[in-house]
Amino acid sequence: MNFDKELDARGLNCPLPILRAKKALAEIPSGQVLKILSTDPGSVKDFAAFAKQTGNELLSTAEAGGEFTFFMKKK
Amino acid sequence: MDTKKMAIIATKGTLDWAYPPFILASTAAALGYETQIFFTFYGLQLVRKDLSGLKVSPLGNPGMPMKMPFGPKWFKDINWNMPNAIQAIIPGYETVATGLMKMTIANNGVATIPDLRSLCQEADVKFIACQMTVELFGFEHSDFIDGMEYGGAATFFEFAGETDICLFI
Repeated sequence: MNFDKELDARGLNCPLPILRAKKALAEIPSGQVLKILSTDPGSVKDFAAFAKQTGNELLSTAEAGGEFTFFMKKK
Repeated sequence: MDTKKMAIIATKGTLDWAYPPFILASTAAALGYETQIFFTFYGLQLVRKDLSGLKVSPLGNPGMPMKMPFGPKWFKDINWNMPNAIQAIIPGYETVATGLMKMTIANNGVATIPDLRSLCQEADVKFIACQMTVELFGFEHSDFIDGMEYGGAATFFEFAGETDICLFI
């Protein structure tokens, strides 16, 4: 999937992936896509909840070898 | 949609109890909540310029696992809990436990309290210190970080009365 910015949140634990994502989203214009890498298993539910509450769209969630990849489109 | 609001009263002054208010406040801010934390009694420790006094104590805390943050897995899995009477007489026990806790925190990619506190401030979480307890404990405003406001219970209610979430920690 195409993306405009990437955030490496691997090794970070709650709530840092969400806080870093919020900051990264603030640095891109509306409609652009942020790719997020995380190793925090809790981040799967957290990013879904973050998207629901902020209106940013979670385009996809994938897991491979204990690593999670999210694509989020800025509102 | 109106902006959601959250208010927290932070009353505990130990390293472990410093986490819930700052984690919840920084996350709420990231989710778009207007957020305030009212620091009172021992919670004032969380907004001092010098956070080195924040410690965690296993004494009288049966819920705290005592595990080593280093070594092979079998060693890390050992639970070192011991009777309160013994913990109480070992000099420096709290300092050692705090050092081990900080190591565990770092190993797990958990943010430090100074970092979480800065993140809250960057996200415009409003910090209010209880003026009554500031005086009660003999603190000066210069003991606390910049950007604090000082007020009493009525100041807290002014904002808390309009919140969607209000927590006492």
